[in-house]
Amino acid sequence: MKFLDEYRDPTAVRRYVRAIAEITTRDWTIMEICGGQTHSIVKFGLDSLLPDKITLLHGPGCPVCVTPAELIDKAIEIASRPEVIFCSFGDMMRVPGTGKDLLSVKAAGGDIRMVYSPLDAVRLARENPHRQVVFFAIGFETTAPANAMAVMQAKQSGLKNFTVLVSHVLVPPAIEAILSSPDNRVQGFLAAGHVCAVMGYTEYEPIAEQFRVPIVVTGFEPLDIIQGIYLCIKQLEEKRFEVENAYSRVVNREGNRTAQRVMGDLFRVVNRKWRGIGEIPASGLGLKEEYKEFDAELRFGVAGKKVEEATECISGLILRGMKKPPDCPAYGTKCTPEHPLGATMVSSEGTCAAYYSYRRLAPLGKSESQRQKNG
Amino acid sequence: MDKKIEPSCPIPITDYPHILLAHGGGGKLMHQLLEKIILPSFDNPALNSRHDGAVLKMGQVRIAFTTDSYVVQPLFFPGGDIGSLAINGTVNDLAMCGAGPLYLSAGFILEEGFPMETLWRVVQSMKKAAQDAGVSLVTGDTKVVDRGKGDQIFINTAGIGLIKHDLNISPASVVPGDAIILSGDIGRHGMAIMSARENIGFESAIESDCAPLHEMVLKLLEEKIKIHCLRDLTRGGLAGGLVEIAETCNCRLEIDESRIKIREEVRSACELLGLDPFYVANEGRFIAFVPEADATRSIDILRQFDNGRESTVIGGVHESDAGLVVLKTIMGVGRIVDMMSGEQLPRIC
Repeated sequence: MKFLDEYRDPTAVRRYVRAIAEITTRDWTIMEICGGQTHSIVKFGLDSLLPDKITLLHGPGCPVCVTPAELIDKAIEIASRPEVIFCSFGDMMRVPGTGKDLLSVKAAGGDIRMVYSPLDAVRLARENPHRQVVFFAIGFETTAPANAMAVMQAKQSGLKNFTVLVSHVLVPPAIEAILSSPDNRVQGFLAAGHVCAVMGYTEYEPIAEQFRVPIVVTGFEPLDIIQGIYLCIKQLEEKRFEVENAYSRVVNREGNRTAQRVMGDLFRVVNRKWRGIGEIPASGLGLKEEYKEFDAELRFGVAGKKVEEATECISGLILRGMKKPPDCPAYGTKCTPEHPLGATMVSSEGTCAAYYSYRRLAPLGKSESQRQKNG
Repeated sequence: MDKKIEPSCPIPITDYPHILLAHGGGGKLMHQLLEKIILPSFDNPALNSRHDGAVLKMGQVRIAFTTDSYVVQPLFFPGGDIGSLAINGTVNDLAMCGAGPLYLSAGFILEEGFPMETLWRVVQSMKKAAQDAGVSLVTGDTKVVDRGKGDQIFINTAGIGLIKHDLNISPASVVPGDAIILSGDIGRHGMAIMSARENIGFESAIESDCAPLHEMVLKLLEEKIKIHCLRDLTRGGLAGGLVEIAETCNCRLEIDESRIKIREEVRSACELLGLDPFYVANEGRFIAFVPEADATRSIDILRQFDNGRESTVIGGVHESDAGLVVLKTIMGVGRIVDMMSGEQLPRIC
């Protein structure tokens, strides 16, 4: 398939793997930010191709995983109301709040629709003037522009029955939080290509400089990822700490100015609670004052709702790269995709789900690649 | 969390007081439903074998008996419709038992207000599919429900087929050393339905692979291929079928990603929506487990059919302590293939 097969070429990947092995002289720990990258790494078994000296940690870049239980409970409360049509992206539907998930609300009679774009929700609001249409606006900087655009359209067409439940989060504050933690082990980052397509990568430059970490803007296909790892290791070995763009077919330094403008018009930076991590200052987006009539939390009176997160789940440590799924006593026993204790086990981009789906029993890939190395 | 369990209904163990759509998705939740509610209630050897149909002995004759309900929306989609699906689906379930399909029944549940013209089109499509498959529709039933109590039309078909061989074609017959054959490309039916249902206008229409499979199976049997197991790859897709068989035969099934064909338009659509084609439904594809020695001959036979031209060996069966499916990725690394928990859900970004 054009523009895909080229980036899944095993020969090219192996060439990079050899190059990585040649330049690696000591132990390095790097983190891929995005859940999509984690999924690719585990699905294709890329980590097991790497030298033992390199440890990959999986970052907090799964929007489903970091959406706090509190917000899911709010979504469930709103979606249970008879006048509401609640619209969500598909993979948000199965994430448990403190009790149930949206799919259960749907089964119990809630009108919950899976949509592919926030603009579908705006259309539903137009078509159903006597119902309240609510869109669950979650995600990183990638989904924020389209969600902002939806609110803007709703305002322009004078829709009074459309609101959004916003839980947007931002990548750079999360990286800073990880690096500022006293237990931090991460020495370099693969930044999320799609986020940088929107935002560019200027905001990572001060982070790389201040914390002395290489940050490589990386795509999602096997070759993208392995190239990102190569560039990151090369910087570490050469003691360089720069932002480098390994995804230039999609990303430029400034990003998408139009998308940034739309986001800036609608959203303001707010403190945001991350599931399993807690509140990170200035780490999210909320609606600006002049758009508060579109805020579902205000319209449905759920803004003050607070809940305690389950304590058994260690997803907070996993999302910060301090633990891997098999380190969790509940992993694969009490916590499975059917009975998730935390969102990292639910979302297709969640680290625990990726491990459980692809390598539940043993590190199969490692043994095989070891055999190949030895053979 | 309230963990009180009513002794009369074991399902609350899984924390689902209501049926979710995922209970019909061919994944783990559906299996839990079967294992906790259906199988223990009707416990018998034919049912417990959990094959696509029941294999029964009547006097000296062995027959296969199966039933399936069709609720697809939209009713018409590129490559087929609910009518052709209702015939081919049941024909294929019989074929997967190694039976020659003979007689079918059809039950129609119609919603008040359903256009007569549409019913006519559906029935004509069933007529053609039945003729093509060489089966007779010999009995049936029609019910009408109030407007809003059904979704236009639901069809149930049941079928009987004759088994003319002594093989025990079932997941339990799979043994180490078997080759795994896949009869063609995967993922087309599910993506055809999804693109029609969600109004996703892909540049080129993906056509369902909906087709009868019994001729290919009967030809294999006629040529004395010692088939150990057959499975059509409907709900749950290739992955679901393989995992189910691995768990029943307690073997390790190893498959090679580079040998599994997926059409470009299906791959593109799956990439776009964040779906894995291994789990997407098919309606004209099956896997066959045959002894390694019969593999090449099986492929030669299958490739004589239009619908089997891309048949290929995708892997083999190995000894193992536990049933599992291992995929050798295009990077040459092994990883597990698991069953879906519920339905595949399109991702956020």
